[in-house]
Amino acid sequence: MKALKLSGLEALVVTPETNFINIGERTNVTGSKAFLRMISEGDFDAALAVAREQVEGGAQILDVNMDEGMIDGKMAMQKFLNLIASEPDIARIPVMIDSSKWEIIEAGLKCIQGKGVVNSISLKEGEEVFIDQAKKIRRYGAAVVVMAFDELGQADSYERRIEICQRSYSILVDVVGFSPEDIIFDPNIFPVATGMDEHNNNSVDFFKATKWIKENLPGASVSGGVSNVSFSFRGNNMMREAMHSVFLYHAIQHGMNMGIVNPSMLTVYSEIDKNLLEHVEDVILNRRSDATERLLELAETVKGKGKTQEKDLSWRNTTVQNRLAIALVKGLVEFIDEDVEECRHLYKRPIEVIEGPLMDGMNEVGDLFGSGKMFLPQVVKSARVMKKAVAYLLPFIEKEKGGKKSYSGKIIMATVKGDVHDIGKNIVGVVLACNNYEIIDLGVMVAPEKIIQAAIDEKADIVGLSGLITPSLDEMVLLAKEMERAGLSIPLLIGGATTSKVHTAVKIDQHYKSGQAIHVIDASRAVTVVESLLGQKKEVFVKGIQDEYHTTRDHHARHLEQKNLVSIEQARENALRLNFDSGEIIRPLKLGKTLIKSIDLNLLLSYIDWTPFFRTWELHGKYPAILNDEVVGVAASSLFKDAEEMLHKIIEENWLQTKAVVGLFPANSVGDDIEIYKDEQRSEVIYTQRTLRQEAKKATGQANLALSDFIAPKSSGILDYIGGFVVTSGHGVDEKVALFEKNNDDYNAILLKSLADRLAEAFTEYLHEMVRKEIWAYSNGEILSNEQLIEEKYQGIRPAPGYPACPDHLEKIGLFKLLDAEKNTGVFLTENLAMLPASSVSGWYFAHPQAKYFGLGKISQKQVIDLINRRGGDFEKDKKWYNSIVLD
Amino acid sequence: MEQLEKLLRERILILDGAMGTMIQRYTLEESDFREGHFENHHKSLKGNNDLLSLTRPEIIKDIHRQYFLAGADIVETNTFSGTSIAQADYGLESAVYAINYESAKIAKEVAAEFKDKPRFVAGSIGPTNRTASISPDVNDPGFRGVSFDELVIAYSEQINALMDGGVDILLVETVFDTLNAKAALYAIDCVYESRKKSLPIMVSGTITDQSGRTLTGQTTEAFLISLSHMPLLSIGLNCALGASLMRPYLQILNSKSPFAVSAHPNAGLPNEFGEYDETPEMMASQIEVFLKEGLVNIIGGCCGTTPDHIVEITRMAQNYKPRIIE
Repeated sequence: MKALKLSGLEALVVTPETNFINIGERTNVTGSKAFLRMISEGDFDAALAVAREQVEGGAQILDVNMDEGMIDGKMAMQKFLNLIASEPDIARIPVMIDSSKWEIIEAGLKCIQGKGVVNSISLKEGEEVFIDQAKKIRRYGAAVVVMAFDELGQADSYERRIEICQRSYSILVDVVGFSPEDIIFDPNIFPVATGMDEHNNNSVDFFKATKWIKENLPGASVSGGVSNVSFSFRGNNMMREAMHSVFLYHAIQHGMNMGIVNPSMLTVYSEIDKNLLEHVEDVILNRRSDATERLLELAETVKGKGKTQEKDLSWRNTTVQNRLAIALVKGLVEFIDEDVEECRHLYKRPIEVIEGPLMDGMNEVGDLFGSGKMFLPQVVKSARVMKKAVAYLLPFIEKEKGGKKSYSGKIIMATVKGDVHDIGKNIVGVVLACNNYEIIDLGVMVAPEKIIQAAIDEKADIVGLSGLITPSLDEMVLLAKEMERAGLSIPLLIGGATTSKVHTAVKIDQHYKSGQAIHVIDASRAVTVVESLLGQKKEVFVKGIQDEYHTTRDHHARHLEQKNLVSIEQARENALRLNFDSGEIIRPLKLGKTLIKSIDLNLLLSYIDWTPFFRTWELHGKYPAILNDEVVGVAASSLFKDAEEMLHKIIEENWLQTKAVVGLFPANSVGDDIEIYKDEQRSEVIYTQRTLRQEAKKATGQANLALSDFIAPKSSGILDYIGGFVVTSGHGVDEKVALFEKNNDDYNAILLKSLADRLAEAFTEYLHEMVRKEIWAYSNGEILSNEQLIEEKYQGIRPAPGYPACPDHLEKIGLFKLLDAEKNTGVFLTENLAMLPASSVSGWYFAHPQAKYFGLGKISQKQVIDLINRRGGDFEKDKKWYNSIVLD
Repeated sequence: MEQLEKLLRERILILDGAMGTMIQRYTLEESDFREGHFENHHKSLKGNNDLLSLTRPEIIKDIHRQYFLAGADIVETNTFSGTSIAQADYGLESAVYAINYESAKIAKEVAAEFKDKPRFVAGSIGPTNRTASISPDVNDPGFRGVSFDELVIAYSEQINALMDGGVDILLVETVFDTLNAKAALYAIDCVYESRKKSLPIMVSGTITDQSGRTLTGQTTEAFLISLSHMPLLSIGLNCALGASLMRPYLQILNSKSPFAVSAHPNAGLPNEFGEYDETPEMMASQIEVFLKEGLVNIIGGCCGTTPDHIVEITRMAQNYKPRIIE
């Protein structure tokens, strides 16, 4: 008998050996409120992320359903499927086009290049419609789910099920010419234990019908939505999970070979409590007449048991092992020392406490995180509990000697040379440590030799690199080359805000032929990636990555060909020519430098933009809506509460010192340069700022921008001005972080760093307002709310070197000199021009009403050579700073 | 259909070689593409090779004849760009019917000159110059330059004209986007139904490089599965790769395809001047590797191949048995 064969970018062949095909169900507006909200708000990025999670979570077919009255289902289906087609990691698997409306099904079929599945058609509206639709589905090249439904209604008995399936099968095979293996029956999974006697045999009928189909309708598959069966136990997840796994266990025995199952609503059949299992099977298999009453009774106690885990101190009334597990999952640190001490006496050796109850608890945390039931801040809290427990046991383990903890693998982590950013790296380290990996954290600004030496000396299994600023990308390329030279072949993980799959595939991977470089998009992926790399399926995984990167490189190469740059001369021709009506330029009230020694942090609170703070913690959503978000709301609120408490302490106990310097100077542009003058005589140039110009081909009426366009040309004779600033809130962070880390409290260490970053940004916002209203005072009458500030509704901009409008990090050197920033703020530049302390911001002020932020985009090497020549630099020496923006 | 299927089990059938490469040899001018038909057309037509079936039919017939003489069992019509979508670039949507009808007719006329063995004409259906699965706009991945429905309309017109002109086979070839090919098969099925007549269908995809995937990212097996809903005469690969690089993907088709397997590779990869310089002997010796393995039922040539290549390939193919079709 032929097998059911489906395809996305890759093939899915359903054979008896594939056992059970799991259909991802979260991209379904009828089944997921969160997904419906994304679609109705047009947030397709988030919707794609849901699809990606499904694929990564093991879905083998992706069910897509857009049946909702409030949205244009046909358009949503088309758009979503088209977008999926551009995401190779999602498009890998076949699509199931799920709709009760034929027009949506047909629209979907016109978008998929692979062989998908239509879900569903039936004889509900008679043979004519059924034949017509089936014929078209065959013509579009898809398989089909047929519901056990006919003109008389839905099949609800064994006899009706087999009658309708038989009739549908005959029509499809004999009349339409459908291949039998492309037919999938859904013989209706109905609830049991509803209290109504006629429902008692629902599952048994389904099982029997499934068996009959497999024996009498050769080639056909059987599928269904499993969660229906436990409908009457809504609200009691423990009971539902047990029912699902019992149902599935028996359904598969009878021949069901695919279905929609939420993996997070499923327990392992063999791990169901014996008593519970017996009660559930009594119901599912309809083994006794009082089965429903007995299960309902039991459900009450099962539900009650769940409740003891709620708040208060009732969780203390259980065994110490359970208490440790609860403390880990809930991140409760209060009793950890005494519980560990108590537990220590129950085991022969202290190491067994770690290997036993503590690891069990952390595994649970890992599983919950992996299945999306716990979020990053909660996991980091769990890690804090774990670290404290281990720290308590360590002296005992050392005393005993020989008791060595065994890890699943050893990972070297480092932020690369010249970069100081480590929040993300620390989060990844913590998450991996939770999953029993030994983390050797080399810290920040780590030279390549040191990383390689550590990898060799420690016999590491993996090296993980992090970086935030663009020069770090080149450091990573360099490190890949050095690893190759050193003869290493262990995997190299790449992470951090500026890194990307494309960069890793195009620039890093090819320099590390002996090993595999892998981009890890965020901390939640790190565990899966590391597990795959150190597990038995390493080769398959690496092959998958290689294929993916190969495709990425191809796409990149193709995109490059499509990128159109004009020459730098043409770009300059097409510069923005503002009308520098002298009325619009306001002479700063206070020229020269202004120092702000320290500021009352209370003033900054209302300037904090919280949304990026949550993003740092991988909680995605806009503040304040995120606090009530259906999915991450609880985690976000809890994190926010901790953040507010810490902020309070930061202020009360003076943890951080802020400093800033602002400088406002006479200036005029000369071509793409901005001359900054000592005084209003404008005879002595104290610094020439070099700016870069966009070279992308622009639509008519669009200028090729450079920052110098926003300053009046020298030749115009109009007197113009520019400003610069350096702000920090990072003094004091390291000392405090060291204290937290000494106390094994990564959670608070990371929390403080992320708050210090927010305060630096808030200070920058505050200072900019001060400049607009008081120091430069070009915008005295401005009254804006914090939301308006975040949306940058004010006049003027403050682009930061290293960011999209001026990606040239070298300009920081001049800015720092101009403001004497090291002396005035205590902020230093590292060799790769990152600012230290990390919670610092620097930038330029432009006041012109039409000054706006823009992205430079890719530029030609010719412009870079010209820029370096203008500055009097050495091309060979300086070109590395422009690697990420030059079109190559 | 029966005759072809019978032949396919008896021996390896030979498909012709490149049309474009041969046309280049004639060094044609703008006027050659206009003569008698498009004298006053407002756009430049040079390079629109399909028009030559109308303006210089004797050249196209000569090329077909050379391939038949070289040993080809099947020649392809000069209609690779014969859809309203591809012709839109030249503003010649209205010429589509004539192109396909005449191309089919002249190929059949040449085939009739040969009595020694059965000679067939396959109507060439190209991929068009648009893709239904990829956005042409990098910034808008959800956008599409052509829709499934537009492709079905364009393909239906081409298919009807080819059938009116009398082709024996339809060949959906150089498939770089499987969704385009699915639209072509959809159109074929509809046309067959309304004409109450069907011809054998060959499908040939293009694996763009050694990643083993089509331009739109499908693996060879996924490509095969996506187009297996129609009863095809053969499925195979052409273009982009030379014979030796094509071999691993032919092995996949050989092991998984329920249909006959075809291959018409390029004469190697283009050199830095965009020319193909694999000699007939070189190419035939690479092809011999997979003839030995019994991977194919139909073999021919794509870009850069000439009647000389087909002579060598025919000679080589005589020594081997065809792939066994399940």
